[in-house]
Formats: sequence, C-alpha cells, structure tokens
Amino acid sequence: MKPARFDYARPASLGEAVALLGTRGTVVKCLAGGQSLGPMLNLRLVQPDLLVDITRIPELTRVEEDGDGVLLGACTTHAAIEDGRVPDVTGGVLPAVAQGIAYRAVRSRGTIGGSLAHADPAADWITCLTALGAEIVVHGPSGRRELAVAEFMRGGFETALEADEILEAVRVPRLGAGARWGYYKVNRKPGEFAHAIGAVLHDPERGVCRAVAGATESRPIVIEDASRLVARSDRAAVVELLREGGLGADAYSLQIHAVALERAIRTLS
Amino acid sequence: MSGQGVGKSVPRKEDDRYLRGRGQFVADIKLPGMKEVAFLRSPLAHARIGDIHIPGKWRDAVFTAADLAGVKPIRAVSSLPGFKPSEQPCLARNKVRQVGEAIAACVADTRAEAEDIAAEIEVDFEELPAVVDMIAARAPDAPLVHEEWGDNVFLESLVDGDVESVKDKAAIRVTRELRTARQCMMPIEGRGVVAAWDPRLDQLIVHSAAQMPHVTRTGLCECLGLDHGQVRVVAPDVGGGFGYKGVLLPEEVCLSWLTMRLGHPLRWIEDRREHLTAGANCREHHYLITAYAEADGRLLAIDAEATVDSGAYSIYPFSACLEAAQIGSILPGPYDLPVYRCRTWSVASNKSPIMPYRGVARTGVCFAMELIIDAIAREAGLEPHEVRLKNLVPPEAMPFDNITGKHFDSGDYPESLRRAVAEIDLPAVRARQQRGEADGRLIGLGLAIYCEQAAHGTSVYAGWGIPMVPGHEQAALRITPDGGLEVRVGVHSHGQGLETTLAQVVNEILGIAIDKVKVVHGDTQLTPYSTGTWGSRCMVMAGGAVATGCRALAGRIMKIGAGLLQVPVAEVALEDGRVRGAAGSVGIDEVAQVWYLRPQDLPDDVDPAGLEITAGYKPERDSGTFSYASHAVVVAVDAELGAVEILDYVVIEDGGKLVNPMIVDGQIQGGAAQGIGTALYEEMPFDAAGQPLASTLADYLIPGATEVPSLRIGHMETLSPYTEFGVKGIGEGGAIAPPAAIANAVNDALRPLGAEVTETPITPRRLLAAIAKAQRDGAQRDGAQRDGAQGGGS
Repeated sequence: MKPARFDYARPASLGEAVALLGTRGTVVKCLAGGQSLGPMLNLRLVQPDLLVDITRIPELTRVEEDGDGVLLGACTTHAAIEDGRVPDVTGGVLPAVAQGIAYRAVRSRGTIGGSLAHADPAADWITCLTALGAEIVVHGPSGRRELAVAEFMRGGFETALEADEILEAVRVPRLGAGARWGYYKVNRKPGEFAHAIGAVLHDPERGVCRAVAGATESRPIVIEDASRLVARSDRAAVVELLREGGLGADAYSLQIHAVALERAIRTLS
Repeated sequence: MSGQGVGKSVPRKEDDRYLRGRGQFVADIKLPGMKEVAFLRSPLAHARIGDIHIPGKWRDAVFTAADLAGVKPIRAVSSLPGFKPSEQPCLARNKVRQVGEAIAACVADTRAEAEDIAAEIEVDFEELPAVVDMIAARAPDAPLVHEEWGDNVFLESLVDGDVESVKDKAAIRVTRELRTARQCMMPIEGRGVVAAWDPRLDQLIVHSAAQMPHVTRTGLCECLGLDHGQVRVVAPDVGGGFGYKGVLLPEEVCLSWLTMRLGHPLRWIEDRREHLTAGANCREHHYLITAYAEADGRLLAIDAEATVDSGAYSIYPFSACLEAAQIGSILPGPYDLPVYRCRTWSVASNKSPIMPYRGVARTGVCFAMELIIDAIAREAGLEPHEVRLKNLVPPEAMPFDNITGKHFDSGDYPESLRRAVAEIDLPAVRARQQRGEADGRLIGLGLAIYCEQAAHGTSVYAGWGIPMVPGHEQAALRITPDGGLEVRVGVHSHGQGLETTLAQVVNEILGIAIDKVKVVHGDTQLTPYSTGTWGSRCMVMAGGAVATGCRALAGRIMKIGAGLLQVPVAEVALEDGRVRGAAGSVGIDEVAQVWYLRPQDLPDDVDPAGLEITAGYKPERDSGTFSYASHAVVVAVDAELGAVEILDYVVIEDGGKLVNPMIVDGQIQGGAAQGIGTALYEEMPFDAAGQPLASTLADYLIPGATEVPSLRIGHMETLSPYTEFGVKGIGEGGAIAPPAAIANAVNDALRPLGAEVTETPITPRRLLAAIAKAQRDGAQRDGAQRDGAQGGGS
C-alpha cells in the first residue's frame, strides 16, 4: 500500500504550524517521527490533505529544567530520553521506560509528543506520564493551555487537542528523594504493543501513591490512592478496582492487567 | 582445492552479494516504459459480483474478467478418486470466494496512482454467507463455496485398518482434539512479477519471485494458450520460498496477459498486507485422534480423523488435496504401528487457498502424533521418551516398510532420541522441577521426533496425479575454456545455498575449485526442465545429477588428458583437478584449452561430445530419503500471564551425508525459527464473516531474534543406501518438530495444574484458558466427589 496524495509543509515556527493546522475545509495532520503515522498513511487509514512536518520547529525540541521538573519539547525522541541526552528528574524512570519502547530504530525517530498525541492506549508514555502526574502544554491560536496527561487523553486515539492545536511540550515533575517506582509491561516480544501495563509511583515526600493500569482499550485506569495496595499485595482488591475501571468484560484482559499491576507494585520493594 | 568437497563447511559463495546488498530481486528490476499494477481486491469473503463501476477517465487503465478473453482459469487437478477440481479465475468472475481475491487490475505510472484508481472503482456485491470453519463446512446445510459440487469437500480419503480388533485388549485409550492455526508463510521477500513482451523474440518474459520457474511456465502456457517457446520465466535472486513461491499466481497470469495487450512492461510487487490478507495460507489442520496402547505404553493402534481447511481454490501445481491426503499416509510417523486407520477431508472454505509450507503436513502430523504419545506416557506413568523408545522403528529393522507403505531407507531413530534426552539432561530438569523456581514459573520438558520423506519422486507423485510429477532430474554441465565449470540446473536456490553445495559436489569429483564453478539457475531459457525446489529434494536430485554429469565429464577429461600425456587412459587418474599419469600431469584447464582453442592437439579418438553434457539422475529407489530428528526443549511457563520462554533447545538430526554441515545447521536453525512461530506466535484469525483479522505485522506476530534461541545441534550421519554420497533431504526438518516439542514441554509444565494445551499457537490467552478450564473441571470433580460422599453418608 502506498499513501494517497497529500501536500506537505515544513513550517519553521509554532505560529506558522498552528496557522496551517487551522486551514479550513481540509484534513491536516502533524508529522513528527512518523512511526505511527507513516504506516497509517501507507495503509490509507488516514488520508490527509496536508501533512505539517513539525520537526524543524525550534520550540518543539527545547528542553528546560528547573527546580520543579523538566519541560520536554514534543519532538524529543524516545532515544534522546533513553540515552540521557535530556535531563532526567525522575531518578531513572523516563530512560528505563524509553528503553522499553518498540525497537531502537523506532526510538530514534519516534517522539514523546507524537506518541501522546496519537493516544494509542497501548503506548508506554500515556501510562507512564499519567502515573508521574505529568502535564501537557498545548499551543493553539489563542495561546497556551496546560492540562494533566490523565485529562489530555479522552479515549483510544482521542485527545483533548482541538483541530488547530498542537502538543508543544510535556512537563514532568521532579520526584522526591525517597520516591519509589514500579513498571511492568506485558507483551509477547520486544517491539510489540503492550497488552497490559502496570505503573506505580510512591513518592512520600510529595504525598503521591498512585497506581495506573494501562494498555486498556481506552484511557488508563488511575488508582489515585494506591497506598493500601502498596502496603499489602491483594489480588482481589486489584481485580475489583480494575473492574470498577471498566476492565471486566474479558477475563483474560482482566487477569493480565491485574498481574501487571501487582508485579509493578512488587518491584517497588 | 582439497577441503572444498562434500562434507566441508565452506562459506557460502552467494553470501558476498547478499551481505553487501547486491542481490537482484524482482523488485530491483527496472525496464524502460514499465508501469505499475495495483489490484482491486474483494473486501468480502463470499459474494456475487454485480456491476463494476469504473469512472470514465479510467476506462483504459482498468481491466476486469470481462476483458480477459481467452484466458483460462487456473486448474490444479488430482487423479485421486473423488477429487473435485476448482477453477481459480485470474480476475474474479461472477463471484468472489475469499477476501483479497483480485477483481480488477489497475495500471498507472506508479503504484500509488494505481491504488488511487482502484479506490475509485465501485463494485456491487450481493454478500453470501461465508464458510469459515472447516468442521462446520462439512455439515449438510453449510453454504457452498462451489455450488456445483453439492458439498464443500475437495477430497475425502480413508486409510482403513481394523481398529476394532484392538479395542478390547487396550489397557490405555487416549483421545485428543487438536488444532493447528492457519498461518501465512512470510518470506522476507514477498511475491512479485515483472512481465514484458519481446516482439523480436516473439516471447513473453516473466520475472517472478518463484521457486519452480519451469512449472510456472507450464502453468502460464496453459492459461494463456502460448507455446512453451513463447514464454521465458526468470526467477532472479529470491528471498525465501517455503512453498509460497511455488504457486502459480492469478497475478502472474494477469500481468502476462496485460503486458501482451498493452505492449509495455508491467510490474506488481506484493506488499505485506496483500501477503497477509490475500495470498495463500498454510497449516490449518484439525485432528480427532485416539491411541490404543498396552499398559506398558506399546502402541496397538491409532485411529484418526483429520481435516484440512484447504481454502477457496485448488492451487497450481500442488492441488487442494496434497496436504490432507499426505496426513493419511504419514501420521504414523517414525513408529512401528500395528493397526492404523485415518480418514481425511480436504475442505473448501471462503479463505485463501492453503498450500504446503516448509514441512508440509508433517508439522501438523508431528504435533498430533507426539501429543498423543505424551498422553499415553501420562496414562502409563512413564517418561515420554520411554514410550517412544518402545515404539520407534529400531535400526536393525532398516530399511523398513511401515504400515502405510512408506519405505524408511536407513537410520537409528532410538539413538537420536537417546542422545537428545541425554543432551537436554532429563534428570537435571526433573530435579529442577522438584525444586521449583524462585520466580514461580513452571518448568517443562518436551520431546518430539519425526522422520521426513524427502526427494520422493515419480512413483510417489504419479499416484497423486497432480500437475507436477517429478521424473529424472537433470543438470547441464559445461567445462569452460579456462577450466572452470558452468552448472545449469532447473531447481532454484533461495536461501538453501545451492550455488555453494552444488559447487562442492563438482569439487568432490572433478577437483575444480568452487570459485571456478558457476551455478546458473532460475531461468527456463538457460536450464533443463525441472519441477523445481520443493520437498527437500535439491541436494539429492540436483546434487545427484551434477555428480552423474561430473563423472561422465571426468571420463572425457581423462581421455583428452591421457592423449596429451601420451599414455593409455587406463593409466591416468583424475585427482585435485589434474589428470595424472606415471610421468606427469595435466590440469583440467589445459585439457579445456586444447578442446576449445587447440583442437589440432586432441587425440584422434576423442569423444566428439566434448566437455559439455546434460546428465539425468534418479536415486536407485525414488520412494524418498528419510531424514529424522529428535527435538528436546525446556520451557518456563508463567502461569499467571500465560507466557512461555524457551530455556534450552536440543536437536539431534540425521540427514545422511551432509554436503555442507554449516549450511545444514543454518537450515535447522531457520526451520526451527519458523517452527517456533507455529508453536507460539503465528496465526491468521478470521471473523465469522471470513474477514482475515491480521493485516499488518503488528497483528501477525512472527518470532524475531529475541524469541529464537540458539539451538544446540548434534548430527548423526546414517547414509541413505539409495542416493549419491548417501545424502538425504533435510531442508524442511527444522520446522516440523518445534510445535510438538514445545506443546509437550508446556503440558509437562502445566501438569501440576492438570491443564493441557491442544492448539497452536500457544498464545497467552489459550494457555490461561487451558488453566482456567482445568480449574473448573477440578472444581466440578471435587464437587461431584463431595456430593457423592454426602450421598453415601445419608
């Protein structure tokens, strides 16, 4: 399969990109690393009139660290995070998760912003950054807005982005000194999309004890206060919480999500 | 020059160009004026075709069945009694019978534009109920794939035996229902065709990613009504075949016709989505198998029903029945079986045609037989290898005619199993199981043994009566003026390393360095007719033909050499590429120079046929060689997630004389990778409407480097008594045993849970379902016992 015909633009500034996105009466898609969009174009699952290549926009590759955390431009690649080429404020969480994304070739081109904007439920960043309590910076015609990752994703392949908005950056909070972390991904071979992800962050200094079940059919299931689960392994309680989160329909899916979450918690200690 | 002959692990000659990316595949061929073809394919599994609406501007760029006047459908018949042939149209006519069936060919300058045109065509369909499950397809009220048949059965066959006679004396009776999933064959390079008409030669030239180019030519001639002399098929470098590239494609016929109609070259390159959703499939078997045995595990009888989902059409040249009828004849495997009955069905369905894939039916057969042997072992309370050793054909019985008339040529089957069990260290694995794992995973050990008929010839295939019956294999050899050798063979090499191994045969007999041996293959214009590369036959058949030709050439070379040395021919010998007499020697290069360039120096009685020969070969018996292997595997099963990890994998194989042991190791490793795919990953699922559900490699999982362990391979070399050098066909073997061995290992691991897997691939979902079922069954049993106990007490 080859893509249907499309136009291509490579703006040099965020404003220019937002203007292109707002072109009326046309379907416009942003192209960053192209690791999901490329195959979708080839399969003609998307047939945009215009592709806006955002990889040459300086604002989208900027990285700023301060006392509260780090701001990662949307076009930061998974490989840059994996290699420690951007500051890590999470005590190794981000590089470890980045290293588990697909294959190195995908990580070299794929971007954190692209992954979030694509909103595939099985992708790593949605679940990881939800657990970390990260925020997303969105740029639109009327300026910037920020929202939590958990609010940004609305459903499978659905986000809070308006048609003329662009995901500009991700703000990752700095973890406290005693923070502990667990992450467990279920897939059958490296590079395959996850069938279940469990993520848990216990950061006493900041009063966070959050567990997240990802790679669902939709948004990750967030257990905002997971302190009881962290204190004592309890499969029945995990299963009940996942059921409440909407995972009950398929016994297999429920089981592997429960196990993933349990194992993520187990790696805390 | 020594050190390059038969038995030497010389590096492969062809690897230099492959590793440098200099191979030339069909997709690398560019011809002036070439245009691209995209096919409009059926989105439905079963439907009547009404009107096809082609926008006016594309009227000259789109071709449908209505345009293909005079093109005959592809027919692959079999003379087996009761076989119902199908007609596979090159473009669908009246009805589509599978998703992906080609309806229209769209021509444009680029593939993308051709796809744009295809997207603008509208077809009126009247959807029909689809036949999706092969067991349901046999029901009297099932919808019909081919209405004129009255049912959905290509062929039913029966190998009869008096099973009733053993039923009463059998202490053990075990029954299993087993399935192997439908797969795609997934060579790295897909199919591809570049077709052009040469008006000067009055010849159609078809470049095709094909493993049987001569058979492809015959099929094209039949469909197009051309003389063989008007068609040249060229298979350039081919990136893996596995059976998939043996099939005559509707696309090949269509492009051939179109290039004659349009007058310019055309190209179609199969993409991965077409491979997954439109191309031929393989492996889908269903077994209901019962074994009867003595209390000590000795087999009394096997009684089986086997069904193969053959898909919508009988494909050329293998036919729709080869797979199922083969099951009937090979299910007994390497065992000495007193009584045997097997009924088989080749069933038509609204899916892609099924065809023989590396190992053909043996992978399913081995799965069925080896799982039932393990079931006997559990009943008998014996180690699985103990039951096998009681039933394998012993070496002293070789050659052995088994219950279905298969003639096992040679081998020591029990020894290969004993060695595999020793190598995997059974006592250590049992001890480890007793200890338990720190991570809670369950350890299992699995065995599988098979024997594989290969290079079977005329006497075997004549009975099938399919379009391809192999006869003598031929090789055309020509000493060049500089003392090199050109070898022309009709078989094709697409990963097997024949450019190297055939040169090794030459080196063994003539002493010519393998660098100076040029193997020419893959071109019907340049090579002798051959059924091509299939059935692990090339080393036996083409190797035998090359050896035969080299021996004949050796006589002629020695005659000329003796003349040059001025001694009688009886006093010379050919050694290391030189004709040696008592007083001196002369090289083959000098002999060649005299023959070609200085004929005035030839002896008067020289053989006028010269240094060029076409030699033919058939083994003393053409009933096939029987290579065999024992696989032993240790797995760790995560019973919470259903995950299986292979911890250790041992293969003890016997392929007779190994021409190049390194290449054989590569074949085993590669075959096992595919077998591991069958065991754990690969599956093309369909929904109830016949839609294939895996349309990319994100959905269709194949094992990669991280999933395939380095096998520990051990060789035995029991020569075949019937072939040149005692070689046996071995190319397919690696893919046969892994599903059986891995499933047995998983079931060994699951034994404490009372669970058993019975289907491939062993996905986490299936594995967890098996555990859940065992838990339900266990709870029911406990409940029944409780009820029974209460009942007794009241």
